[in-house]
Amino acid sequence: MKRIALLGMPNTGKSTLFNRISGASARVGNWPGITVDLMSAKILMGGHIAELIDLPGIYDLHGFSEDEQVVRHFLANNALDLVIILLNSSQIDRQLSLVLQIQKLNLPAVLALNMADEAKRAGITIDTESLTRELNMPVISISAKFGDGLPKALQAATTIINQNKTATDPQQISQLLQEDNQIEREMEQLIAHHVQIPATLSDNTTDKIDRILLHKWLGLPIFFAAIFLLFQFIFTAGKPLQDGLAWALDLLRTAALEPLFANSPAWLSGLMLDGIFNGVATVAAFVPIIILFFLVMSMVEDSGYLSRAAFLMDALMAKMGLDGRGFVMMLMGFGCNVPALMGTRIMRSRPMRLLTMLVIPLSLCSARLQVFIFMITALFTAKQAPFVLFTLYIMSFATMFLTAVLFQGQYKNTEPFILELPPYRFPTVRQIVLRGWHEVKHFLNRATKFIIIGVVLVWVLTNFPSDVPPASSGTYAGQIGTLFAPILDPIGINSQLAIALIFGFVAKEIVVGSLAVIYGMQGDALMVQMATQVDWVQAMSFMLFTLIYTPCLSTVATLRSESKSSAFMWLSIVWSLSLAWVVSFVFYQGARALGF
Amino acid sequence: MQLLSQLNIGAPAVISAIEADESLFHRLSALGFRVGKPLSIIRRANFKGPLQVRLGTTDVILRAAEAARIRINTL
Repeated sequence: MKRIALLGMPNTGKSTLFNRISGASARVGNWPGITVDLMSAKILMGGHIAELIDLPGIYDLHGFSEDEQVVRHFLANNALDLVIILLNSSQIDRQLSLVLQIQKLNLPAVLALNMADEAKRAGITIDTESLTRELNMPVISISAKFGDGLPKALQAATTIINQNKTATDPQQISQLLQEDNQIEREMEQLIAHHVQIPATLSDNTTDKIDRILLHKWLGLPIFFAAIFLLFQFIFTAGKPLQDGLAWALDLLRTAALEPLFANSPAWLSGLMLDGIFNGVATVAAFVPIIILFFLVMSMVEDSGYLSRAAFLMDALMAKMGLDGRGFVMMLMGFGCNVPALMGTRIMRSRPMRLLTMLVIPLSLCSARLQVFIFMITALFTAKQAPFVLFTLYIMSFATMFLTAVLFQGQYKNTEPFILELPPYRFPTVRQIVLRGWHEVKHFLNRATKFIIIGVVLVWVLTNFPSDVPPASSGTYAGQIGTLFAPILDPIGINSQLAIALIFGFVAKEIVVGSLAVIYGMQGDALMVQMATQVDWVQAMSFMLFTLIYTPCLSTVATLRSESKSSAFMWLSIVWSLSLAWVVSFVFYQGARALGF
Repeated sequence: MQLLSQLNIGAPAVISAIEADESLFHRLSALGFRVGKPLSIIRRANFKGPLQVRLGTTDVILRAAEAARIRINTL
């Protein structure tokens, strides 16, 4: 099998090109010599099956950043038949250095000049034919977004592949990578001979938009309004989809699964229906929101607005050891923590990424909101309700800021904040859909495994030993509740609420349902029952604990897989549990001491 | 001779020296910061936030701390 690597600088449309060539067949894979996952896809090229690998976007091969190290190690450990180098035509004057570096390694290469339309608008003319001769490699203008020039580029790649030369020797590459070179002077000569760049750029649409969106005083309010509208859109559009999915899953249960398990032993049908099915259905309920979230996110990301948000918020975030992009992710966490955690991938510095990931699970996600609305309705008057909810949102922000400030010393951000500000771009529908699809596949793949184990465990805990009523204090879950009483009593959480908290560890959506199981009633009757069993101080303490303590299993699993560190996952769990307890303790004992 | 962090908005200037450690130096040079390159500041964010710098065809945002590593001559 032939192996082709796709290489380019950040913001050149590399992922777009990769998606366009590979379609939806891409998968994440591990490669010798590197620890991160790279996307790859099998494609047919000139009668050969070729594996196309999407390397991280890098500025050069020197190896100072994490991504540059990844590319160096990849090249030094994996034999290649071809490198497709992708440059942004309108920035060819500085991006050509990457081509020269690859050329020095004697790697067979095709040079694709992307965003030909943008360069044309900026008045930049590139003589691809003379550049082809001079560089001794095919140079082709393309538009990854619209597909222009792509057949020609693939044809050039096929020609090289069909020559059936032996693949490169990684060891030789490894040696060549050590040698530095005179690339800069060479680059200037090439630009002078083959490229014409006007003194001032003629395309100033981006400047005009920036004058408003990056305005000294209006910039931030506009940004907040935009984020608010995006949230509104995600949840307004997501709600009917979620309801539809819930209806379909319910139908699946009553029409197919319940008859199927009607004659099975009670434990089996309980395990399959109340355990595994309910668990998987809970994960499935995330899916519409996740899809929408990623569609919107990839649109915002590709448009160039995220870099602007980073510019606007950076001063404030710097005080907490984070930067503007971290703020965007924190906001996204208010929808759902899981995609927000995945969104931190845009950060290059690992310490900053970890600090941001430590903060995100504290944002009041939509699942926690359900629990709060239930509790608030049961225990507070309609007049008090908005203030209680508002307080919880304030607490969410406060705990995030506190966490960032406390841990910023541990996660010192060594990378300076230097970011390219790309011009505004409109992503195509195809681009958005493909990107969203990849993320959803990734999420489902991981979350399902984790959720199934989790729900089976919770089901067993609340149904055994089998001679006592389910979820009563005689079950294992009840015994655990009693076990935790010394810890939970001081914060006013009784053993019934404690069982709900255990359910809440799997997913916050289950908390309300588990209260229904525990009290054996639902709807208004449940709320009345709650009000007689629990007073408002206890309820508030319970809500504060629910807000801050360990996020759902999906979030924990995502924390683990995104950080690739169990230690980091445990740090997050232990920190949020301790913080939750301290906050609830201070609140509960304080309120009691004041006579409430 | 002046630091980039002190340059006025809109004033044209040319980079005269970059005083940064190796990794920052390479990062800056990869984004187009090289001695002799003309540049100007487009805007600064509020509350001592980052600067938006334009070099040739590229716009870059960077914090004042990084901009202070770049010496410039105003034109």
